Amino acid sequence: MSEAVASPTPLLEFRGINTHYGAVHILKDVDLAIYPGELVCLLGGNASGKSTTLKTLLGMVTPTTGEVVLDGEVVNDKPTSYRVERGVTMVPENRRLFKRLTVKENLELGAYLRNDDGVESDLERIYEMFPRVKERLNQKSGTLSGGEQQMVAVGRALMANPRVLLMDEPSMGLAPALVQTNFELIQQIHEEGVAIFMVEQNANMALSIADRGWVLQTGRVVLDDSAEALLANPELRASYLGDGNR
Amino acid sequence: MSETMNTDEAGVLAPARGAFDQDWRKLVNWGLICALALIFVSLTDMPDKLDKRVIVEPLLSMGYLSLIWIPVALGNFVTREVVLEGMTQHKKGLRELVAGVSVGAIGGAGLALLIWLLDTRDLSDPLVNWNDALLEVLSFGEGVGYGAIFWILASAGLGLAGGAFHLLSAIANRLLLAIALTIVLTASLESALDDISEGFQLEWLFEALFEKKGGLSVQGAIILAVFAIAWVLVLGGQAKRGRAAVTARRELSPTKVNTVGLVLIAVAAVVLPMFLGRLTNDLFTNVGLFLLLALGLNIVVGLAGILDLGYVAFFAVGGYTAAIMTSPSSPGLSPELPWWVAIFVVVFMAIVAGLFIGAPVIRMRGDYLAIVTLGFGEIIRLTVRSDWASGFTGGAQGILSIPGADIVGVATVKGTDPQQVLYLVIGFVAIAIYVSWRLENSRIGRAWMAVREDESVAEAMGINTVNSKLQAFVVGAILASFSGAIFAAKVGSVFESSFKILVSIVILVIVIVGGMGRIAGVAAGALVLVGILGGPNQPGLLAEFSEFKLLIYGALLIWMMLKRPEGLIPNVRRSRELHQDEFLQDAWLKAQANDDDDEAASGEVAPA
Amino acid sequence: MTTAMRSKARPRTGVDWFLTFLRVLLTGLVLFGLLAFLWQQIDPDNPLASAINPDANRLSWDAFQGLVISGLSQGAMYGLIALGYSMVYGVLGFINFAHGEVFMVGAMTGMITSNKLFEAGVWEDNFLLAILIAVLVSVICSTVTAVVTERIAYRPLRGSPRLIPLITSIGVSFFIQNTSAVLLGPGAKSYPRLPDWLRDDIGIGPFDIEGKKLLVLVVAGVSMGALWYLVERTKTGKAMRAVAEDKEIASLMGIDVDRTIVTTFAVGGAMAGVAGILWGILFGSVTEFTGFLPGIKAFSAAVVGGIGNLGGAMAGGLTLGSSESLAPQLVLEPLGVTGHTQLKDAVAFLVLIFVLLVKPTGLFGERLSAEDRA
Repeated sequence: MSEAVASPTPLLEFRGINTHYGAVHILKDVDLAIYPGELVCLLGGNASGKSTTLKTLLGMVTPTTGEVVLDGEVVNDKPTSYRVERGVTMVPENRRLFKRLTVKENLELGAYLRNDDGVESDLERIYEMFPRVKERLNQKSGTLSGGEQQMVAVGRALMANPRVLLMDEPSMGLAPALVQTNFELIQQIHEEGVAIFMVEQNANMALSIADRGWVLQTGRVVLDDSAEALLANPELRASYLGDGNR
Repeated sequence: MSETMNTDEAGVLAPARGAFDQDWRKLVNWGLICALALIFVSLTDMPDKLDKRVIVEPLLSMGYLSLIWIPVALGNFVTREVVLEGMTQHKKGLRELVAGVSVGAIGGAGLALLIWLLDTRDLSDPLVNWNDALLEVLSFGEGVGYGAIFWILASAGLGLAGGAFHLLSAIANRLLLAIALTIVLTASLESALDDISEGFQLEWLFEALFEKKGGLSVQGAIILAVFAIAWVLVLGGQAKRGRAAVTARRELSPTKVNTVGLVLIAVAAVVLPMFLGRLTNDLFTNVGLFLLLALGLNIVVGLAGILDLGYVAFFAVGGYTAAIMTSPSSPGLSPELPWWVAIFVVVFMAIVAGLFIGAPVIRMRGDYLAIVTLGFGEIIRLTVRSDWASGFTGGAQGILSIPGADIVGVATVKGTDPQQVLYLVIGFVAIAIYVSWRLENSRIGRAWMAVREDESVAEAMGINTVNSKLQAFVVGAILASFSGAIFAAKVGSVFESSFKILVSIVILVIVIVGGMGRIAGVAAGALVLVGILGGPNQPGLLAEFSEFKLLIYGALLIWMMLKRPEGLIPNVRRSRELHQDEFLQDAWLKAQANDDDDEAASGEVAPA
Repeated sequence: MTTAMRSKARPRTGVDWFLTFLRVLLTGLVLFGLLAFLWQQIDPDNPLASAINPDANRLSWDAFQGLVISGLSQGAMYGLIALGYSMVYGVLGFINFAHGEVFMVGAMTGMITSNKLFEAGVWEDNFLLAILIAVLVSVICSTVTAVVTERIAYRPLRGSPRLIPLITSIGVSFFIQNTSAVLLGPGAKSYPRLPDWLRDDIGIGPFDIEGKKLLVLVVAGVSMGALWYLVERTKTGKAMRAVAEDKEIASLMGIDVDRTIVTTFAVGGAMAGVAGILWGILFGSVTEFTGFLPGIKAFSAAVVGGIGNLGGAMAGGLTLGSSESLAPQLVLEPLGVTGHTQLKDAVAFLVLIFVLLVKPTGLFGERLSAEDRA
């Protein structure tokens, strides 16, 4: 049970990242740093650039200027598989399981790049974490309920033995009752020492479990502070918290 | 994605990179591609078969041109820089030249290898063009060593030239391109120009340009070069303004009408047939028939966005209907109507066919629709050809003795008189162009374009997409059937073999190469492709291209698609297909934020 | 909104009535033809036959099973080619019009190889070895063709609306066809003579199957088996299925999407190559146009079976082949259509149109990727 300690070398960084889509400037001079074992969140409304941030971290989008740094190495031109191999994985928005493949096949695909012997024992760990998943191993994953799919999606991401887990809107599309359980699950994973970078619209929930956070607005980082400070920030309260907008 | 944009920095160019600062692997790859291309072209026998066509006597023949353009083009492409916003552009220098030379040299080495192999091995089974004639052409009759060294050096030099284009200004590039095009085009049009100059008593001009034995003289080439330079410099400014205006109103812009140009073309259309020889008139008739077909397909594919690969079926319907209605030897039905009366029946049959083929496919996915229409085209052809329908259509023997086009009050156009037929074709083409132009700017045209861009949005706007698409089908069918009817009268007989899928595809190539949706482009496409290279069953001005034209069409189609033809992928739709609606919302959000700011500034409370 | 929801919600228009009419008409004609056939079999001089098909004769068992075997062997080849169409459509969402030419390349190179082996005497002395070599060469050439076309013509168009790569593939098809005509010469080219045991009939139960047709069925079966194993049991196969479902998320798993797509093209190309040389053996000759019609029919087979669905592709192929073979005798002839065998090719297209009218997702259902399911 390790505590989140901010060590001097970040695990994953953005340095002055700018991205474009054609002529349109999406991310503007974004700086981020994720330290090992932290739980951090990125907040922002629709189309603030949150999805692009995740895609750029993973290599699905190439920044026009700036550097994506993993373990001190600039990985701009390295493919997604390079980064996944080095412990950066994602739980996508709306789960996006391989619906026609079985639960087991989905989990195994999570370990696609791994050649070590730990795969079997990791599968067992996932079954322990999610007994419901174990029951449905040979079912086509498209037939599972939303909550169960979320478990499989998280399990699939964990099968890659990540050091930092990116999560895209984990509460999206989940029934309110499940959202709470989901966030508890995230905390649980965090306690195992995995850094978590969460992109969320549900700012309240996210800040309640995070250590730090950023707020993105039309591609620019407008706030960068600890979770408590952000929760107390009046501008933030007005736009994203309290007054009931989403 | 490869549009050049203004940088938000000062637009300063980075200094030229070192001459040997190269991606060597890339150079080797491109060099190998160059070698493969040169070997491929050689093995098709183009250098030999096209050698007779002289471009500039005694310097350049079409045969050698077929090889020469390769290292030049590749030497240029290898160092093309794709510039995105925020990226630095480098000044061009020695680096580009070195790259070009390397690519060319490797290419030349490949050709040298081929020459050596031609001399020492016999691969004529299976490569049918593997013979001494090819060896002679490649080595200029001077032996393997000479040939090999020549091509390595020549190819390297040509690659150098290709790279050098990067160092010239944009104007210089355009001038050189214009000169090259003018010379090659004029040389290709030699026989047509010969006829025209005779008719207009301009033989002196013709003799000034061309050598007696064929091909341009050096003096002629120089004259043309000067002419091309003048043309570009004078009209260059004008064309640029015109192009900017068109780009600004791209998707929904009507075709620009240049009145002066139109009058010139009309005059030419009336006057020229009188001066062109029989063969040339016949050629232009073919061009006209295909242009008519292409205009019809342009409406279906270019305006409405429906990929109809079975379009030739409507051509067949027109031809066979006209044949059955007019020919005295039509089996089964033989009313022997005069042609102009038969045309009404033809239109009726075209509408029926258009509805019959269109209705089942109208709701299908675009690509399925393409295959199914292809299937329909084949079903019709096979049925027409079968014994079962032969009581009506003449089966494989077709229908013969179709009299010429009898147009009451005007003339009887005999199929054997190319000039008259040409006038008939020109008449119909003019009607088709007018109709296309008017439709494009009409309510129907706008509905078509909406359906093409995004069907669900069009439907939400209240457009009846099913009816719109059927209308497009029917109009296309009518135009094609006109072409078929004229074709039947001209040739005097119809056989199912004239209506193969090949024809549909060639028409598609014309429409796409011409630039979908643009009438002038389609016309230019028909003129260049069918007129110069040849149609599916007919030779063009350059008859020697007959065996290569289909190969070239295939390559053209691929190239046009890779170049991303305009009008086919409007930005909005493409972006949605790529799931990048983010930036649209971003822009919307920004607009909202601006509204909020304005309201806040004016004292109102910003809405939540 | 799904297509099913949409179509039920939309009011019935003239087009809908026309389509229903077509469906009823086609189904009716087929049933009527079959019934007329059965009646004809019982009594060739029955009143119906006398009226519309006076030259009616009973179809003998020999003739019938000959048609069935022909249909199945041809259908097996359609099936092998259809696999390539299905796989590419499942992964990239477009019709690779040039796939038929990949098949033709297999047939052509098989012809060249087998003729060379014949000249060298191997073809006659050790046929099994010769055929193995020829199959290998065909498969390699087809696979290379498929992979090269993907790299040059399709990869740059990744993400474009699906009509664009379709048109490109038409260009590629044209180009390959004419390359063959120009480099190798136009016209038909023959395979060397097959050994006697392939040309004789082999008795299996109640059937007498021509040796070469049996060879086709066996080789097709083995290839399908190998494919099944690859796709269901290997890591590569899992990656292919993942990429077919959701390219983005597959890349998240670390799967090299580009390389998997190349593998998909390669496997499809290999299957087509096998079909190519089988075709050459079965029919003995090949031209530059050999790939065209079978290509379109194979695509139709893929649609009939359910696009994206590999088992469906083979099933669709067998269905199409059998229909093509049997329909002239079982449906057209009893209906009084003269020259019924000439319309064989039209049958394939009619089956496609029929399936699209009645069950557009195919007999066994489609398997499309997340993006393409719209």
